[in-house]
Amino acid sequence: MIGGIDPALLISALMVASVPILLAAIGELVVERAGVLNLGVEGMMIMGAVCGFIMAVQTGSALLGFVGGALGGAALSLIFALLTQVLLANQVASGLALTLFGLGLSSLIGQSFVGIRPPSTGTVPFGPLADIPFLGRVLFRHDWVVYASVALVAATWWMLKATRMGLILRAVGESHDAAHALGYKVRKIRVLAILFGGAMAGLGGAYVSLVRVPQWTDGITAGAGWIALAIVVFASWRPWRALVGAYLFGGITVLQLNLQAAGARIPVEYLSMSPYLITIIVLVIMSSGRGKASLNAPASLGKNFHASR
Amino acid sequence: MIRLEKRPSPSRFWQGATPVLAVVLTMIAGGLMFAALGKNPFDAIRTIFWDPLFHPQFASYSRPQLLVKAAPLILIAIGLSLGFRAGIWNIGAEGQYIMGALLGAGVGLAFYPADLWFIFPLMVVAGAFGGWVWAMIPAILRTRFNTNEILVSLLMVYIAENILSSMSLGLLRNPEGGGFPGSRNLSQYPAASNPEMIAGTGMHWGVIAALMAVIAAYVLLQRHILGFHIKLAGQAPRAARYAGVNPTGLVLLCMGISGALAGLAGLFEVAGPAGRISIDFNVGYGFTAIIVAFLGRLNPIGILLAGLLMALTYIGGELAQFMLGLPAAAIQAFQGMLLFFLLAVDLLSNYRIRLGYKKEAI
Repeated sequence: MIGGIDPALLISALMVASVPILLAAIGELVVERAGVLNLGVEGMMIMGAVCGFIMAVQTGSALLGFVGGALGGAALSLIFALLTQVLLANQVASGLALTLFGLGLSSLIGQSFVGIRPPSTGTVPFGPLADIPFLGRVLFRHDWVVYASVALVAATWWMLKATRMGLILRAVGESHDAAHALGYKVRKIRVLAILFGGAMAGLGGAYVSLVRVPQWTDGITAGAGWIALAIVVFASWRPWRALVGAYLFGGITVLQLNLQAAGARIPVEYLSMSPYLITIIVLVIMSSGRGKASLNAPASLGKNFHASR
Repeated sequence: MIRLEKRPSPSRFWQGATPVLAVVLTMIAGGLMFAALGKNPFDAIRTIFWDPLFHPQFASYSRPQLLVKAAPLILIAIGLSLGFRAGIWNIGAEGQYIMGALLGAGVGLAFYPADLWFIFPLMVVAGAFGGWVWAMIPAILRTRFNTNEILVSLLMVYIAENILSSMSLGLLRNPEGGGFPGSRNLSQYPAASNPEMIAGTGMHWGVIAALMAVIAAYVLLQRHILGFHIKLAGQAPRAARYAGVNPTGLVLLCMGISGALAGLAGLFEVAGPAGRISIDFNVGYGFTAIIVAFLGRLNPIGILLAGLLMALTYIGGELAQFMLGLPAAAIQAFQGMLLFFLLAVDLLSNYRIRLGYKKEAI
């Protein structure tokens, strides 16, 4: 016990707290690697949160809830794909529109679901492993989404690094003209990446409403999508670093919640602004000096592709 | 086969026509949404766009509200549009609006209950300063450390919201409020209030400031070298650099102006229509102003009209809530939809749509 906070509990709580931003950040990382800047993560997350919640409550199955969340996020991202890839709209503005629309639509469809408890997502039974002192409590008493999120990080890393699909995706993100000249379908690849990003953000959102909170209220994601976007920059577009970043921010969130509960002398408002403040500080460190995260940014990030022939 | 052909320069006709087309499309899609909610779409659209101005019973109340709601939207959107034109994305106007209101109200409350002529002007300065400072943080981080201003300015909104709740529970709480959160009511403190100037019009200092901002932005963009630099930096950043435009200065200037205007909007709101600082003081004007800026095609006159239209959807939305039981969130979704359609039909001003394949030049 350090200052009234149990370290094992803290670590296991931070793993849970970072799942939503980790999932959303991994999705956005793939989108940005394909050269698309989708600022609508917050909107897709909250759509995932509400769709997942409704699905889980209606079917009584948390698993189907997560499926619903992924579908909800992907459905909203389809609008973004249509705007930016087919209608060649500005990506920054389209992403903002996605967030504004998602916040409104989610509170519209979620209004009759306020105050309901969703079906619980059980922990994975690890049997004797869960009884190992310290490690058992830190690692082996989580629900399956926690493990799935780490597995998805590994899969994304492997996909980007070692597969043909990853190579094509990166080529499209670095130089869409060159990729187009080689005969790759730039638009199709980007649409698929955007849908993946939407599904992942939706999954992250569903985790917020089904496990983290667990209930539905308006604006439930509270800026998690924006933090996920910042984590992609922090991670210099590399999956494992996104995991580090997400756990770091999860840790700060849990720590400030624990400090609030422990009755620290710092006012509650200043504690709850700390994750945002620290995100900004980390962004500054990463963007300046030797960090130079921007050097690793995909070269075609945020640029629209229009094949003139 | 449908094919897009880039226009050499944007079509003037479509630049004017696309916002109107987007509004019509939003009305159709919004009508479908309202129908899906089990409301008569024609009733809903009429209640939102027509009744606030012409309903025999409610119009006398809701017409003045038009200026009250439009003023902050226009004021913020004018500032944002300058940055958006130059490719500088300040999306944290909501936070700058809060900080302007806090600082302005703080200055006013510091003098309570003195009755001095300079209190309100000082509050105006403090309000603009509060917003300016809050916008300078992402601006300086961008110019000094190359940090993405989109993320920082947005994250600053959450920080500002926390400061707002801290202030309304602590430093600025009304000592005679029986322990309830929220500050003293500035509208009951004449030296610091921003009252309705002509009864029944909704006219207050914020409306005058908004009109002045529209005129100033118009002159700046049409007649001043700075306006030319802003437009140049957005359309051809490299050409701008060769022409001697200082990108650092431009970021500081655009962010500064938009922050100061958002701060002013917050100050006029807290001293006038809202009256006091409270936890839920901000209602999203800073975000809606982004839609207003785009709906007005980043053009001052366009923003003036777009701000009035957007204010109408706010008032009409409230009316529809009251008359038809339409949920408040439906209006938010409706406004978001408008931005979608705007961005979508914008294609028409930059591209020609051609049918059939182009013959390859050999």
